[in-house]
Amino acid sequence: MSFLDAILSSFAAIRAHALRSVLTMLGIVIGVAAVIAMVAVGNGARERVNAQIQSLGANLIIVIPGNITQGGARLGTGNASTLTDADAQALKAEIPAVQAAAPLVRGGVQAVYGSQNWATSAVGVDLDYFVARDWAVERGREFSEEETRRGGQVALIGQSVLRELFGGNDPVGAQIRVRNVPFEVIGVMSPKGQSMFGQDQDDVILLPLQTARQRVVGTNRAKNRSVNQIMVKIREGEDLSAAEEEMKRLLRQRHRLQDGRDDDFSLRNMAEIQATREESARTMAMLLLSVAAVSLVVGGIGIMNIMLVSVTERTKEIGLRMAVGARPLDVMGQFLIEATTIALIGGMIGIGIGIGIAIVTAMKAGWPLLIDPWVVVVAFVFSGLVGIVSGFYPAFRAARLDPVEALRAA
Amino acid sequence: MAGTGSPLIAVENLERVYQMGEERVIALAGVTTAIEQGSFVAVMGPSGSGKSTFMNVLGCLDQPSAGSYRLKGVEVGRLPATELARTRNREIGFVFQQFNLLQRVDALGNVELPMLYAGLPKRERRARAEAALARVGLADRMRHLPLQLSGGQQQRVAIARALVNQPACLLADEPTGALDSRTSLDIMALFQALNREGVTVIVVTHEPDVAAFASRVIRFRDGKIVADSTQVPRDAAAALAEWAEAA
Repeated sequence: MSFLDAILSSFAAIRAHALRSVLTMLGIVIGVAAVIAMVAVGNGARERVNAQIQSLGANLIIVIPGNITQGGARLGTGNASTLTDADAQALKAEIPAVQAAAPLVRGGVQAVYGSQNWATSAVGVDLDYFVARDWAVERGREFSEEETRRGGQVALIGQSVLRELFGGNDPVGAQIRVRNVPFEVIGVMSPKGQSMFGQDQDDVILLPLQTARQRVVGTNRAKNRSVNQIMVKIREGEDLSAAEEEMKRLLRQRHRLQDGRDDDFSLRNMAEIQATREESARTMAMLLLSVAAVSLVVGGIGIMNIMLVSVTERTKEIGLRMAVGARPLDVMGQFLIEATTIALIGGMIGIGIGIGIAIVTAMKAGWPLLIDPWVVVVAFVFSGLVGIVSGFYPAFRAARLDPVEALRAA
Repeated sequence: MAGTGSPLIAVENLERVYQMGEERVIALAGVTTAIEQGSFVAVMGPSGSGKSTFMNVLGCLDQPSAGSYRLKGVEVGRLPATELARTRNREIGFVFQQFNLLQRVDALGNVELPMLYAGLPKRERRARAEAALARVGLADRMRHLPLQLSGGQQQRVAIARALVNQPACLLADEPTGALDSRTSLDIMALFQALNREGVTVIVVTHEPDVAAFASRVIRFRDGKIVADSTQVPRDAAAALAEWAEAA
């Protein structure tokens, strides 16, 4: 019997028991759909994490003040005001790998324009900030050197602030009040979107560092050179961890910490966050992969079960086929092809459903649809393999039947 | 092909013994006979006489425990399974009591089945199946499923299937067992017509009425041939005509 004839006759057999065949396929369908969806969702999530890290600024190390002990109480990380703009300048000046070191202060403020007002955060920055975060002005202009140094009363606003305060109006040149301090809006930042922690990065007003510290968010007069954090951008191609080590050494030295004493600052490396994210994505992927594997095994057992039933039911047909000249190999091939066809149809349905899930998830989560054609091919081939493996024993049993006995079957 | 003088079927001291648990069942206890090309033979005997086993061995569905079976001069008693299947495909056409048609396949598809295993191309299969169905008088029923056909028509489809690979002989096991008398006559007339065209026909039956249409009757009892006689066959076509007159 030719291969094509065998396939056509297997389709006829599958159609003859349509409902049973579909139920048999279910395990394979679920397994394959899980694989396809899993890989697509995993890729999409990774792509989004990458995009978020990119939006924060690539090759970024964030320096934040460490914890301090005050009257016996240990306050959490970030509470000490040990970092200063001088630290930032030193990092930039003394470590060649550092491309930009942006000190910044941050505080919650109420911003008012005309009759509109909006609670947002004000961030005092210097010019390095724009470099460190890869963030450009969309409309208007950046701060001038003069304004950052002297403390000009100018502000750059994020897209969300633009929307909330100005609606559709052009904000450039408008006067806003931030904590009752008047600022002239000189530009609008390009959109950044959500951070990977879910914050709206566009809901922000950027002010010159000096102005912000002295007139808006700075409260600690005694330490008026201190900053909330320093964003350090490492030059492309430099080793992040080596740079981190150098920064640590320099800061310890500047803060006069003797050996054995804890750092009074800490470093956050975006690559670490990325690694953590990827690790959890991998765990998720392994979980789904095991679901898929279990489902494929169960699906395979289901196919084997049904094929055994089918061989028993069709014993007489097998006898007849043998009587008219089917060789044991023909009978074996017929049942193997039938099992494989069921598995492959299940695989195709699974691929369809998996792609559907991937599309819906990508739309809902707002990440790009990434379906690796190789995964589809592998899933398809694998479902075929499941069919072959699970069809083998029933097919073997059918081929081994004695024609006389088989013809006598009811 | 067999030369003149060499019979189509020659069996010598054919034995078939089954082991059923503790018990040894002797189905064939040394059968020797020959069947010539173009003959019409009825094999008779009560159930358990070994006639069905004889038939299965002749049809290469079963193999003898001892003795020799030569088909067209070739020893087929010891062939491996694949070769046996080939022999069944090329040399034997089976007709069963219960027709044994594939229910989900139409008449054409059923008749094509042996050619499928012979590896013939689709076009040739189709042409030969159509010719075979036309030969058995079902030219207008080719696309019918078995369930849409009467018993007699189903048996005709089965006969077309048996003929389609132009086998050396037709083996029919109680071919009229599931049919009424009128339809039985019909089928026997078809066998006689085919026999006149040169097809060797061997019919296994326990009905003397059916055996009457054969020109030779072999009787089995206890795994042995107890009688082997030639006779003038009754003409099924004539009997059919009488029937029509009477009605």
